Amino acid sequence: MTTDAWIASVPPGLFLILAGIALLGLRGQVRNAVVVAAPALLLVWMWVLPEGIGRSFEWFGLELAPVRIDELGRLFGTVFAIAGVGGGLFAVKQERTAELASALIYAGAAIGVVFAGDLITVFVFWEVMAVASTLVVLAGGRGARKAAQRYIVIHLFGGVLLMAGIAGHIGTTGSTAFTLIEGDSPARWLILAGFLLNAAAWPISSWLPDAYPRASWSGMVFLSAFTTKTAVYVLIRSFAGEDILIWLGLIMVFYGIIYAILANDMRRMLAYSIVNQIGYMLVGVGIGTEIALNGAATHAFAHIIYKALLLMSAGAVLYQTGRSKFSELGGLARTMPITAMAAIVGALSITAFPFTSGFIGKSLIAEGASSENLEAVWFLITAASAGAVLYAAKFLWFVFFRRGDAVHAADPPAPMLVAMVAFAAGCLILGVFPQLLDGTLPFAVSYDPYTTPKIVFQFQLLLFAVLAFFLLLRWIRPDETVTLDTDWLWRRAIPRLRAWLESDARRRVWRGVERGVERFRIGLVSLTGPGAVLARSLPTGAMAFWATILLAAYLIFYYL
Amino acid sequence: MADREAGTPSGQDNWLRPRAVRLLWVVFAIALALTIVPDFFIEHYDKFGVDGTFGFAAWFGFASCVGLVAVAFLLGRLLKRRDTYYDD
Repeated sequence: MTTDAWIASVPPGLFLILAGIALLGLRGQVRNAVVVAAPALLLVWMWVLPEGIGRSFEWFGLELAPVRIDELGRLFGTVFAIAGVGGGLFAVKQERTAELASALIYAGAAIGVVFAGDLITVFVFWEVMAVASTLVVLAGGRGARKAAQRYIVIHLFGGVLLMAGIAGHIGTTGSTAFTLIEGDSPARWLILAGFLLNAAAWPISSWLPDAYPRASWSGMVFLSAFTTKTAVYVLIRSFAGEDILIWLGLIMVFYGIIYAILANDMRRMLAYSIVNQIGYMLVGVGIGTEIALNGAATHAFAHIIYKALLLMSAGAVLYQTGRSKFSELGGLARTMPITAMAAIVGALSITAFPFTSGFIGKSLIAEGASSENLEAVWFLITAASAGAVLYAAKFLWFVFFRRGDAVHAADPPAPMLVAMVAFAAGCLILGVFPQLLDGTLPFAVSYDPYTTPKIVFQFQLLLFAVLAFFLLLRWIRPDETVTLDTDWLWRRAIPRLRAWLESDARRRVWRGVERGVERFRIGLVSLTGPGAVLARSLPTGAMAFWATILLAAYLIFYYL
Repeated sequence: MADREAGTPSGQDNWLRPRAVRLLWVVFAIALALTIVPDFFIEHYDKFGVDGTFGFAAWFGFASCVGLVAVAFLLGRLLKRRDTYYDD
């Protein structure tokens, strides 16, 4: 075995995980250099590695292939590494080294998943990702503790589903290979459920807007990139063409928009917007044709960049003002012009404005729906494209443009500005030169998003949505509220039910149960106690009793 | 684009004074018109019939937003609570 072969079978993500652990011992500029350089080196590394499946080995009778390099993996690996570099640069002012260390481990685990060739490796990195991301949430401070608890419980539950599914799948097929999973076995549905939980699929989606906004100003940038997009990646790999994903995706698209319109915390609004955008990707995966899958992959790539950009601009506002509620912000474009520009580019991208990165992926997915004659799907995602303008405009208007006197803050320190400018440039470059991704998309499909009718169509759609936003402004105005989501079930309903069971009412219920048990006992005694039927020494009484029972049972079974 | 209840305008922060707002509305109206004009000349891709009609994306986008805001507003009436609701 040559050294090359050995090094090519070490998961690339492992490198970042080790860098993350090492980071805990570093301070100051050295720490900052490592945070930015480690993902950058990994980016180079994943392009040096040859395509194909690395050395596989056997472990307890299971065939493991921890490294597989191909187009789709590289596409996601590349954008994860870019998110790591940008997020790291944005976070150099973060005082909690534990957050950055967790973020590197988290990024490493996500990259571990995308280059995994077998389901066991996927599972191992999946769980590392769950733990590391919880630590990123936890680094948000005191207010994050309970949300982090809920987050880890839900993700460990997802891990259990996934493990059960993988075990069942290997048991029935005998294969550990991480490829398209077909058939109709319970194991397949369990794997799908485990994956969908991380994709923030409705109705379990509320873990995302619950936990992410509790992270620090820099932490949420990392969180937005990895968990949900890893889920999109594994769905593209294993569940392409699964019809359910279309409808789940559509639910998420609209649920995300409506809750984003209602949200008052700008970062919670952006969290709902993640669900909205993941919905598009799920629709693409569900359609499952080459063009739709390319769309899902392109959109995931673009989304990581522009959502990180939006969260950087929101993070910069939070860092500079200490506020994140729309009702307490306004007018920051004057004093934070670069942050505002970054937010504008991010908002244009998320609404799929032509010549920004979001336009390419959404066009491909819409084209996928149209060419499969999925009429309802096409109309619904087109309506949702207009709908995304509502929350994007809301973000810009209530943070940066409406008259606001309460806060005056300057643009953030240089590293944060550099990260924002670079990602904004990325959004525009990808939008103008979509062919940059051609070589790394899973399928070679020729599609030109920039025809005159398509551009005119998109301009009409988006500008009239902006008109709707301003005409309906008074119905959108944020107030000091939260909107109940499905997490109400486990944050309110279940604790209340438990409290009720432990109260007087519970005692009443228990008394009833105890009385029933007592009656049953008395009944037994009357049969078996001294002098009762079953206790008599002469068996005739007992014989008659058992004969009656048997006859009755016979009758019952006869009629069944 | 008047935000009527956004607090009192202060001296240094009044870029949204009425004249500027009026100008912005005029510019925006021209932009809206400009997106519609090409529909006289180009033929839209009409896979499903209605999507090829004049100004389809304009009215469809507008109507979708009105519908979404209406749904959000009604859902908000039902599900909005004070933001101290969970208190954690």
